[in-house]
Amino acid sequence: MSDADLRKTPLYQAHVDAGARMVPFAGYSMPVQYRDGVLKEHLWTRENAGLFDVSHMGQARLRGVAPLAAFEEVTPGDFLGLKPGKQRYSLLLNKSGGIIDDLMGSRPDDDGLFVVVNGACKENDFKVIADELAPQITIQRLEDRALLALQGPKAAAVLAAHVPAAAGMVFMDSLATTGFGVDIFLSRSGYTGEDGYEISVPAAVAAEVWATLLADERVRPIGLGARDSLRLEAGLPLYGHDLDETVSPVEGNLNFALSKKRRDAGDFPGARRILKELAEGPSRVRVGLLVLEGAPAREGAQIADGTGAVIGKVTSGGFSPSMGKAIAMGFVPPAQAEVGARLNVIVRGKAQACEVVAMPFVPHRYVRKL
Amino acid sequence: MRFTKDHEWVSLEGDIATIGITAYAAEQLGDVVFVETPEVGKTVTAGDGLAVVESVKAASDVYAPVSGEVVESNDALGDAPETVNAAPEAGGWFAKLKVSDVSQVEALMDRAAYEEYLGTL
Repeated sequence: MSDADLRKTPLYQAHVDAGARMVPFAGYSMPVQYRDGVLKEHLWTRENAGLFDVSHMGQARLRGVAPLAAFEEVTPGDFLGLKPGKQRYSLLLNKSGGIIDDLMGSRPDDDGLFVVVNGACKENDFKVIADELAPQITIQRLEDRALLALQGPKAAAVLAAHVPAAAGMVFMDSLATTGFGVDIFLSRSGYTGEDGYEISVPAAVAAEVWATLLADERVRPIGLGARDSLRLEAGLPLYGHDLDETVSPVEGNLNFALSKKRRDAGDFPGARRILKELAEGPSRVRVGLLVLEGAPAREGAQIADGTGAVIGKVTSGGFSPSMGKAIAMGFVPPAQAEVGARLNVIVRGKAQACEVVAMPFVPHRYVRKL
Repeated sequence: MRFTKDHEWVSLEGDIATIGITAYAAEQLGDVVFVETPEVGKTVTAGDGLAVVESVKAASDVYAPVSGEVVESNDALGDAPETVNAAPEAGGWFAKLKVSDVSQVEALMDRAAYEEYLGTL
């Protein structure tokens, strides 16, 4: 795709004006970093508040006679049990139990579901949902809305000054409210492991909201580079890298997304495979790896056991700014997936020692109680 | 000091060439968090991979601008990779090569030509 074909978010000009380095991502021209650079942006978010443009992600309202019940036909989540004001992480599954995408589904109000899906997957996701669920569900794509994420320990104090209702929310709460003089959808969530919010605002006022938040000295703009290193430290998988259509939720170490009610009912796509993996164990599972020596192990690096046999592959990896060490995620057989297991990663032909460690690498700091 | 289009610099003393990356390259890479320098005794041909610099985001190859044998590696970068950003054209050097043909160095761009090249990027 040439640069001319890239889409622009409503904040494109704000990024360019802030000195961002723009790169193609999910069909959009997106800021990979600003003048501070990935390392400083990462650490700023862990200590203060980082503002991210995630407008490339797909936002939509799903409506119908029984949209929650219908959405359960394509996901393993308990959406019938999702109360107004709540959000749930879930997975769009194919018939083989592979992950088509991971997503957030929420009920900011009583108007069906509000979903946010990955930017690179959104066209296919909404096609799958339409193919499977129309006419039970109607999909209203919210192309006229931008999505901002404000993340970090100071995010709550920053946002409360503009949206008082934000302070009353806890992790995975969802709210349709008024803020910045417009109607917004707010969720207390994100993808950095920090406390924070995702804020859906009309595109027309996005630049104004962006500037308003950045006027607070606790807030700096953060690019996709740091977004990736933050989510890696938080142990959160990235679709297209750690998850794809061959990976099941059990392999992806996402059992928490398989609700008890739905497991008991066994009524989600790919249930036969997924329930079998739950009972007998999968053939591979996503683990966290701490690289004990040498270079960072990046996506594609092989994972070997002590005998030199290749047992798996790194699906994302890099340098952890918070830990000052190289960390990675990858897939290995369950027998070698136990915390403390010593393995090797092969980087440029060299075997480097690594150890299976529990994720998250850096503790989550979600606000679950006020 | 001479320069390549891949943004390496070469500084020649006698037949020993010190090699690093330019300030422009260091700025483009962002914060360097790891450097892999070559082993002493390794023989490289111009264009071969000589070192690898890694930022938080990605690994980038540094190519040998000239042919020769590695006679010294900058081991200090192991503990202080950030030197590549702080002093790319001084303490952030990667390796010293005993060059087989010094005319290869002279064929590279001088600073004025390199700066003109940067202007076209």
